[in-house]
Amino acid sequence: MKIDFEHIQSAHCENGVTTNLLRHYGVSNLTEPLVFGIGSGLFFIYIPFIKVSNGPAFSFRTMPGNIFNRTCKSLGIPVYRKKFRSKEKAEQFLNQKLEENQPVGCQVGVYYLTYFPKEYRFHFNAHNLIIYGRENGEYLVSDPVMEDVTKLTAYELQRVRFAKGALAPRGQIYFPKIVGEVSPEQIKKAIVTGVKRNIRDMLHIPGPIAGVKGIRYTAKKIKKWRDKLGQKEAGLYLAQLVRMQEEIGTGGGGFRFIYAAFLQEARQYVANDELLKISDEFTRAGDLWRNAAVQAAGIYKGRIGTQKDFNDMGDFLLEIAEVEKGAFEALAKLDWK
Amino acid sequence: MKKKDIPQDPSVLDNFTKEVSYAVDENGKYTTALSRGWEVKASALSVSWEYIKERVENARQQVVSGQASPILFFLELRIMDLATLAAYTGYWKWTIKRHMKPNIFEKLPEKRLKKYAEVFEVEIEDIRDFKNRTERIEALVAELKESIK
Repeated sequence: MKIDFEHIQSAHCENGVTTNLLRHYGVSNLTEPLVFGIGSGLFFIYIPFIKVSNGPAFSFRTMPGNIFNRTCKSLGIPVYRKKFRSKEKAEQFLNQKLEENQPVGCQVGVYYLTYFPKEYRFHFNAHNLIIYGRENGEYLVSDPVMEDVTKLTAYELQRVRFAKGALAPRGQIYFPKIVGEVSPEQIKKAIVTGVKRNIRDMLHIPGPIAGVKGIRYTAKKIKKWRDKLGQKEAGLYLAQLVRMQEEIGTGGGGFRFIYAAFLQEARQYVANDELLKISDEFTRAGDLWRNAAVQAAGIYKGRIGTQKDFNDMGDFLLEIAEVEKGAFEALAKLDWK
Repeated sequence: MKKKDIPQDPSVLDNFTKEVSYAVDENGKYTTALSRGWEVKASALSVSWEYIKERVENARQQVVSGQASPILFFLELRIMDLATLAAYTGYWKWTIKRHMKPNIFEKLPEKRLKKYAEVFEVEIEDIRDFKNRTERIEALVAELKESIK
C-alpha cells in the first residue's frame, strides 16, 4: 500500500509536513517560507525555570502545532486531528487512512526514532513526519528534514508515536480534509494575518521572557551566567542555546532566514517593496544570531571564557533584539495595499 | 547568510542527511541549498554529549559508593530527567526520588524493578544486582560512548 507521495526536503519539520501534506491534498502554491510566515512561526522564548536536557529551555519558533493549525485556519482548510489512548486503535486508524489513500502527519518523539543518529536522539517529542504507505510490514516515512524517504517497522513507529514526557504525542495524527487550490487572494489575506500575529507575538506578548523582550532578558542573563554557574556550566548553557538555535530542522540562524525568505515571497502577493527591505533586516538578524553562535562556540569549546567574553555574547543578543524590534515595527507600519 | 557561505563541515550528519539551508544568491534573492554541517553546532552537540557521559560516570560513582541507588545511574544512562522517567513509569517524581535512596531501593518489590527494567531497556538483574554486574554495566556505558562519535 503505497500512495504516490512527493517527498520534498525542508529546513524545518513542521513547515515541511504542512507544505508537503497540503500539496498532496491539492494546494500546490505553498512553500516552506510561506507557511512559516502565514503560521507566524518566528518567535523567541527563554523559560529559565524549565529544564530541557538539564539545561535552559529556549525556543526560536512558535509553539508546536501552531504553524500547521494557523496555516490551515487562515486558508479556510479544515483539519482532522486525533490523539489516541490505545496504541492498537492508533495503528488501526493509521492503516485505515492509508487504505483510503490518505497520507497523514504524525507527531513523534525522536528518542526511539531509529533512522536518526544516536547523537540526535534526545527525549524531544515535538517532531513531525508524514506516513504515506505501508509495505512488507514497514511504514513508509516522509520525514521533511531528511533528504530521502525512510522506513519504520510497526513497533518502531508505535514507540515514537507514543513517546512519553513533555509534549507527549499520544499517537497524534493530523491531516487536512480534502482541498483544492487556494487563490492568490486567500494567500495574500493569510500573509497579512500571519504577519500581524507575528508582530503581536514578538512585540506585544506580556512578560519579560518572550519575543524581543525575551531576547534582551536572555542577554542580561548570559552576562550573569559566569558568576552564577561557573564557566563550565555557563558554557553548557550556551551550547544548549546554540543547539536550540541551529540544530537540525531550524534552517540556521534560528528561523530568521526562513522568515526573510517569506517576506521576499510575500512581495509576490503584496505589491510593496518595503517587504524586501524588511526582509534584509531579518537576514541581518539571522547573521547576527550566527555570529553569536560562533562567540558561544569559543566559550563552550574553552578557547575563551572571561567575563568580557560573556558580556560580548550578551551584547550580540542585545543588538539582535534591536534589529528584530525594528524589523517588526517596520512591518507594523506597512501598507498592505 | 550568502549561498556561497553555507557551511559544508563534516559532522555526525555525514551518513545521515544533508540539511536544507536558506541563503541569498548573488542577487540577494533567497534560495535553498544543502549544508553538510556546521562546525559550530557540531561542537555544541559534542560538548553536550561529553557532559552526558560525565553525568553517567558521576551517577555510577554515586551508586558504587552507596550514595544513590541504581535508578539514578540508569536515568542518566538513558538521558532522562525525573519528569521523563515519571512519564514512562507512571510513578510520581517524588516516588522516584525516594527510589533513588539506597535504603528505600533495597526494599523495592519485584513489580517496581520490572517496570524500571522495562523502561530502561535493561535486564532486571542489571538494576537489582548492580554492584555485582560490573562487566555488564561497563558494557552499557561503552555502548553509549560507542554510539556517539
